[in-house]
Amino acid sequence: MRKVTGMLWVALLALPLAALAANQPQEKILANGLKVIVKEDHRAPVVVSQIWYKAGSMDEHNGTTGVAHVLEHMMFKGTKSVPAGEFSKRVAAAGGRDNAATDTDFTFYHQVIGRSKLPLVLRLEADRMHNLLLSEKEFSKEIEVVRNERRWRIDDKPHAQVQVQLMATAFEANPYHWPVIGWMDDLQHMTVQDARAWYQAWYAPNNAVLVVAGDVKAPEVFALAEKYFGPIKRKVLPVRKPQQEPEQTGIRRVVVKAPAKWPYLLMGWKAPRLKDAAKDSDPYALEMLAGVLDSNNAARLPKALVRDSQIASEIGAGYDSVQRGPDLFEIDGTPSEGKSVEQLEAAIRNELEKIKRDGVTEEELARVKAQVIASRVYQRDSVFYQAMQIGQMEMAGLGYQNIDTRIEKLKAVTPQQVQDVARKYLIDDKLTVATLDPQPLSEKQPMAPPKGLRDEK
Amino acid sequence: MRNKALTIKPEMGLAMTMKQVCQTLGKQFSVGVFALLLTAAPVYAGVKIQHWQAKSGAKVLFVENHDLPMLDVAVDVDAGSRRDTPEKAGRAALTVHLLQLGAGGMNDDEIARKLADIGAEMGESFDPDRAGYRLRTLSSPRERDQALDILAKVLQQPSFPETVLTREKARTIAGLKEAETRPENIAEKAFFKAIYGNHPYALLGNGEVRTVSKLTRQDLIDFYEAHYAASGAVVSLIGDVTRAQAEAIAEQLTAKLPRAQPQAALPPVVPLTQASTLRIPHPATQTHILIGAPGIARGDPDYFTLYVGNYVLGGGGFDSRILTEIREKRGLAYSAYSYFIPFKQPGPFQIGMQTKKQDADTALQVARETLATFIKTGPTDAELDQAKNNIILGFPLRIDTNRKILDYLAVIGFYDLPLTYLDDFTRNVDHVTVQQVRAAFQRHVDPDKMVTVMVGAPEAAAK
Repeated sequence: MRKVTGMLWVALLALPLAALAANQPQEKILANGLKVIVKEDHRAPVVVSQIWYKAGSMDEHNGTTGVAHVLEHMMFKGTKSVPAGEFSKRVAAAGGRDNAATDTDFTFYHQVIGRSKLPLVLRLEADRMHNLLLSEKEFSKEIEVVRNERRWRIDDKPHAQVQVQLMATAFEANPYHWPVIGWMDDLQHMTVQDARAWYQAWYAPNNAVLVVAGDVKAPEVFALAEKYFGPIKRKVLPVRKPQQEPEQTGIRRVVVKAPAKWPYLLMGWKAPRLKDAAKDSDPYALEMLAGVLDSNNAARLPKALVRDSQIASEIGAGYDSVQRGPDLFEIDGTPSEGKSVEQLEAAIRNELEKIKRDGVTEEELARVKAQVIASRVYQRDSVFYQAMQIGQMEMAGLGYQNIDTRIEKLKAVTPQQVQDVARKYLIDDKLTVATLDPQPLSEKQPMAPPKGLRDEK
Repeated sequence: MRNKALTIKPEMGLAMTMKQVCQTLGKQFSVGVFALLLTAAPVYAGVKIQHWQAKSGAKVLFVENHDLPMLDVAVDVDAGSRRDTPEKAGRAALTVHLLQLGAGGMNDDEIARKLADIGAEMGESFDPDRAGYRLRTLSSPRERDQALDILAKVLQQPSFPETVLTREKARTIAGLKEAETRPENIAEKAFFKAIYGNHPYALLGNGEVRTVSKLTRQDLIDFYEAHYAASGAVVSLIGDVTRAQAEAIAEQLTAKLPRAQPQAALPPVVPLTQASTLRIPHPATQTHILIGAPGIARGDPDYFTLYVGNYVLGGGGFDSRILTEIREKRGLAYSAYSYFIPFKQPGPFQIGMQTKKQDADTALQVARETLATFIKTGPTDAELDQAKNNIILGFPLRIDTNRKILDYLAVIGFYDLPLTYLDDFTRNVDHVTVQQVRAAFQRHVDPDKMVTVMVGAPEAAAK
């Protein structure tokens, strides 16, 4: 299993400067607060439309966890003029593809379609921004789908359970505590009223960013956005409390038992997120540290632990500085047959000690930077990625204008900075360790729903 | 590990956009990869494919495109898992994997370092028919030359180091043992075994613990010598090089491949003669259900008819009957689908879903009834129109990146699809009729001769 977060962010953000000169994104903010960003790219007669709502699981409250994602599902269940299921059908009939995704930080909806069909998707998207029906009947079916999705994504996947427990243990006060899909008990008790309240609170033009990329002209997109989204009224948004996570003061450990063959180790250290793209430096150094550890096959962890000592059969490191909430620098791995998680953890710590003690070389840093530079070109192959990096920067409050800034800052990171952040952040007081204790399949009793939580249909 | 975003449709979404070029180890046979091939049929008239045979004998497909300063290359040979035998299952996968772990005087560290130094991405690709490598590099001379030099050595001068083999066997075996605990892997393995019997398509890529543990260096060398000949190789290129450069690259990558040897004839895929159901216990909360049988080969005259028809049955997401019946009407599952995967020989037709254990028998019954009804009556006119509109109008989306076009080139080359076939694609889709769909499904899909696999089945779990 390849863990990708840290360097992947670099990849996602890798826009070539040469192209930017000609094709800088253009933006317009409508009177109702909707921000529209257009990235022209004329390589294929295709357009990508993404609408990003700054409302994710971190905006939820205990008791209704998972509601952001449930609402995402309900957004396909009909408005006054577009019946349930029709949204996707109409996009499909026009040759398009559509989907949506919910994250801790945001919910976004996207379509890829022939360039002439942009008016269709903007009209549909504007319609469901303010006309969603949210019927009891549709909700009662869709909540079953979501419960099944949770079983599939988490309950029957041991590594996913470990990830859930890492977050739940590392974050106590901040809403990153719960998984995006929510606790099963909350899903069992969720009502259509919960979904309605969520929709009423957060689905508003002044809480959204529309990103359109592809074979379009910016002025035409602005005009279409004005036509379809312009009439929608802005809302007073709920107050977002800071919900700061208290300082962690000692190592935390948690164990998950689940049917599996091998144990699994996941370590996460509290780390800063990127707040000021131009002035911050630690997040960039942490991204380069993740790159030095595991951005390619020549990186330290796969070489030292998988190929040389062979203590691990799988290893990964990741750190994603672009997000709204508190950050973790993560390392995960599976011990080789005959090795324990304790031995693997000791070996990982040994590698980190080497960096803290001796630093990293210019050569390995240059290698990570070479990937950053190459990725700037590779990512231009996909208009969808280009739109996504704009949306993610916007959701994190960093601004798409800083896509370039990030690249330049990453290229400027020094070996000393990498060593400094390893010493500063990868310490036990900031560490949470989650492990999988594998259980034999045969001795595991079939899971019965907890008492009083039986699915009612 | 921070793939935290959830999507409404299982078939695409953020998870896919967040994957880097595949790393190779511990990979399990995954039908998801091959499902893409089904949609990877056409390259439309807007893509100009150049096609020639290299002096080495390799077949070359090339699209010259200078929009971006980069180059994508794929090299494939007929050395997928269908070339394995039951006694040496896993040999084909281990062979292609080891190529990059020691070649041309470089060890695995050096190869990894030299690729990383120039920001190149190289990875193996492997399926039941094909084995090969994909390379993406900047097209500037320093980067391009170094990347191609490494790929040329990996393909033509592999050293199969003994110590690396020992290590990678252990990793493969660890992956196989883990897979034995995972319901999706258990189901897939049982399904292929049941529908293919003694045919090598039953042998999933990474083999068995028992067979992999016995593989020797000589086994891999023998396999390489027998199946990596230039005469059977397909080189696909797209990007920022000229025709002359592409010709030179194709030679560079294939001139020193092993001498051609006659490929052993493979047995035919034997159709199933009766229905069977396998219920396998598992403690998971959900039951994983697979239903199917051998379907069609690449180049089957019914390909377009079945492809368009299957959009209505289970390939078209929310437009499809299976997802409508299983998910939209009843909430029984998050994902439910059907597809044909055309291989060189008949690949599988498969229906799949995961559902809460208590609902498994209901879901199975609904899926079977949906299939039976569809085979009997075919799609409605409205359904067929919806399918055609999506496929025809959505055609530009299939070729809107170099990476997608590279995939098409590789499929066209390997499966000997005529180049005109691509220009004809939308017309072929447009010509499909309700009667043809019904007749083609009745010819190729027989619900009375299908395998059903249920992992974590309700009765089994109660034992």
